[in-house]
Amino acid sequence: MSVNDFLSNFNEILPLTFLFSWACLLLLVDLFISESKKGITALLAAAGLSVTLVLLIVNWDQTGTAFGGMIVVDTFSTYLNILLAVSGLLAIAVAYDYLKRTELERGEYYTLLLFSIGGMMLMTLAADLILVFLAFELLSIPLYVLAGFAVPRAESEEAAIKYFLLGAFSSAIMVYGIALVYGATSTTALSEIIAAISSGSTNMGLLGIGAGMILIGLGFKVAAVPFHMWTPDVYQGAPTSVTAFMAVGAKVAGFAALVRIWIWTFSNQALADDLTPILWGIAVLTMIVGNVIALMQHNIKRLLAYSSIAHAGYILMALVPYAQGDMTDAVVSSILFYLLAYMVTSFAAWAVVIALEQKEGKGLELDDYAGLSRKYPVLALTMAVAMLSFIGIPPTLGFIGKFGLFSVVIDGGYIVLALIGVLTSLVSAYYYLRVVVVMYMQEGEPIVQKETLLYLTVILTGVSMVLLGIFSEPLINWASQAVLGMF
Amino acid sequence: MNSVFHPLTLVTFFPLLGVVILLFLKNEQKSAARWTALITSLITFAISIAVLAQFNAEDPYLQMVVKVPWIKVAGWTIYYYLGVDGLSILLLLLTTLLTPIAILSTWRSIDERVRDFMIFFLLLEIGMVGVFLAQDLFLFYVFWEFTLVPMYFLIGVWGGANRIYAAVKFFLYTMAGSVLMLLAILWLGIEMGTFEVPELIAMNSIPADLQIWLFLAFAAAFAIKVPMWPLHSWLPDAHVEAPTAGSVILAGVLLKMGTYGFLRFNLALFPEASVKLAWLMALLGVIGIIYGAMVSYAQTDIKKLVAYSSVSHLGFVMLGLFALNTLGIQGAILQMVNHGLSTGALFLAVGFLYERRHTRDMDQFGGLWKVMPVFAAMTIVVALSSMGLPGLNGFIGEFNILLGAWGSGQEGALGSVMYAAFAALGVILAAVYLLLMIQKLFLGPLNKEENRVLKDLTLREILIMVPILILIFWIGLYPTPFFNLIGPSVDNLVQYIQGAAVAVIP
Repeated sequence: MSVNDFLSNFNEILPLTFLFSWACLLLLVDLFISESKKGITALLAAAGLSVTLVLLIVNWDQTGTAFGGMIVVDTFSTYLNILLAVSGLLAIAVAYDYLKRTELERGEYYTLLLFSIGGMMLMTLAADLILVFLAFELLSIPLYVLAGFAVPRAESEEAAIKYFLLGAFSSAIMVYGIALVYGATSTTALSEIIAAISSGSTNMGLLGIGAGMILIGLGFKVAAVPFHMWTPDVYQGAPTSVTAFMAVGAKVAGFAALVRIWIWTFSNQALADDLTPILWGIAVLTMIVGNVIALMQHNIKRLLAYSSIAHAGYILMALVPYAQGDMTDAVVSSILFYLLAYMVTSFAAWAVVIALEQKEGKGLELDDYAGLSRKYPVLALTMAVAMLSFIGIPPTLGFIGKFGLFSVVIDGGYIVLALIGVLTSLVSAYYYLRVVVVMYMQEGEPIVQKETLLYLTVILTGVSMVLLGIFSEPLINWASQAVLGMF
Repeated sequence: MNSVFHPLTLVTFFPLLGVVILLFLKNEQKSAARWTALITSLITFAISIAVLAQFNAEDPYLQMVVKVPWIKVAGWTIYYYLGVDGLSILLLLLTTLLTPIAILSTWRSIDERVRDFMIFFLLLEIGMVGVFLAQDLFLFYVFWEFTLVPMYFLIGVWGGANRIYAAVKFFLYTMAGSVLMLLAILWLGIEMGTFEVPELIAMNSIPADLQIWLFLAFAAAFAIKVPMWPLHSWLPDAHVEAPTAGSVILAGVLLKMGTYGFLRFNLALFPEASVKLAWLMALLGVIGIIYGAMVSYAQTDIKKLVAYSSVSHLGFVMLGLFALNTLGIQGAILQMVNHGLSTGALFLAVGFLYERRHTRDMDQFGGLWKVMPVFAAMTIVVALSSMGLPGLNGFIGEFNILLGAWGSGQEGALGSVMYAAFAALGVILAAVYLLLMIQKLFLGPLNKEENRVLKDLTLREILIMVPILILIFWIGLYPTPFFNLIGPSVDNLVQYIQGAAVAVIP
């Protein structure tokens, strides 16, 4: 292979190449930016992400493989990468003033963020289990550090350690799963695994166990029950700006790999017969446990943590009919759209949480939100709309998203699963409404940080939830287009 | 016709203009907010009158249809699809009439966060009107579910002492039914390939055994909203805690969304299931009639009394609908309007009294006739209309329903005249609790010092009541124009049900 051929691989994944180079440069440049002016690092990171975003959009139609088939560029990955880039920008917007006020502002923050986003993007591109694992680590390790960024605050340290230990544990399980799949098929490339399965020379038992272990590993990342234990503590302990990012980014990346591997590789009927009941069970458990435990939370970060678990459950629910041949497109596009809806809603909610957070982790109890609607109507309204969007009340984005998820489940014939899904939504209405009750129907004197970027994020996401909900057609079509160009 | 300036689009979304204007006001600008909301809702009412003027009463099908693709995605298209026919025209008018009346009733009683109140109220109007006009199941669900949100805030923010409990209960109860309906809607959309209601009716291809399940899923949403016994327990809480204007709209319009849902969707989409399950719906209706009346009788809180009376009155509507004949359904539609007027007016009356005396305990009153003659006269007329006195509107509706149920019992879906017989008992019970209320409030000696100084109704309050009273007499004395409006559509529907379900009728 000539050098040019090798270099053309990088050109194939230009947005990612750019992002990683930019992140490495930023690491160096940051050394020369004085402590008091770390805002510049943030701006540079945002600039890098913006360029990445533009590159992604410009290269929307581009498809291909690179690095000997380890990487696959398709509209599916580009769609998710656009979501990730936007998440990154929103994450910087909510972190900018928050880090200053909590005295956490250090240049590494933004660099780590970029590396983590890079890892997530790599995850969406991965067409080889080895690369899935690599991306898995690349996105996780910066997140471990970020979770502990508020050192020496004990909760933050606890979050980092917990996240790291359980993360390492899940990586190990996943690697073991990959090894078993390799044992069964003598390859780690997704396309060759398919070939091996269809040739009939595979040890299906081994493959099934391997697939199950990969599911566990990714289940940790997306916080599916029973692999969710870390979530509330880490979400609560980590600096809120990190939590906001983690809640969206890690989920998007985890589901990217899950969807690609499942839809593409494990959709063989015999294998699906084993895997579908497992998915079914995990989805049901995740929806029930996430929503029911959320009922008992008084801390807004923990409440949103359990809520994010529950939403992973809804997405998993839509993945259940994945192996029905004519359903795959609908399954994937509904999940893609839901991830978008979840991203917008989630950032809206977390931005409001950040606006109310005080030093030393104060201002995070539900009671601290009392009277918010009177003094800060914009924040309260956005939070209320976010809660309604999480419940799935029209005309919000969350409603359209849930509508899509439930429609594939019903189309797939899983009526009981859909029934459990809507009933857990009903349960979730109770705790989401509690936030609204506190903000609108109780009196209090909330303390709020008025920061421009944060407010802009709040308004932008707030307006998006409603307008994109009403005029959702282009986005839905975009998500289905993304599926059509999927390998 | 242009879809934006289409009369039905205008009547649905005109209140949005008021909402936008209100957003630029401050909560302190109370009277500006009140006038904005009032004028907006009056113009909306005027538009609905214009819709009525264009309405062709002889046409049994949907009219003034506006239909544009809203969400066009792989697999199916969701339409922005509005239309009006004899089943919905009166409910549309009822909604646009009661909204300005309700807004006018808040002039003194809502003094906190007036702007926010008005915003939610106008949003509520959009949702309600949309529910009655939507002809696409998805669009219908959007409006249906959306009405929950403003009502939840109206109860939760401006309600009484126990308002938060009542608001959350209202939301969760209603949503519990709605989500089941959502699954049924999704199933229909996926299996039938369309969400358009007229299309689905025209296809008439839903297998009978599935119809039962779909019927029940839709019925779950509607029965909770109506509310049918035994799913009514959210209603007294919501009514008692809601501010007066909220109660008026809740009783006047929101409950009608449930009965209208049965009428528009259950009967037409699942005719065979409707025939098969008519006995059950009628039975629950009759239980509701008697149960509601008996519980009303036991109340000392006037608002609770009126709230439970709704359970009883809507039992009549359900009985009329599931008589599945022209008389019954016509009576049921008219009774929806009647109940909206009478019960709305009763809640207004309770509100007037509460504003003056800050209690709703009937034992605290007595002899009010002497100090508040105008109020007494109006309230008594309304109460008499509610109990079905001949010459007033309630009689016409109930009489038709009873005739319909009797006819259906002899030769029709119900198969037994006992439904009509027990329902007639309900008419007597209604007289008992309402006369008791009249007696406790207005008759007897004026023996409480505080009641001697009560002032009679102001001009504004009289103005609120007069339109309702006019309609009460109009419908009571000369109901023909109203029947003409709904007749053709009902005939059409009844023929359709009988044609589609001819096999199941004994």
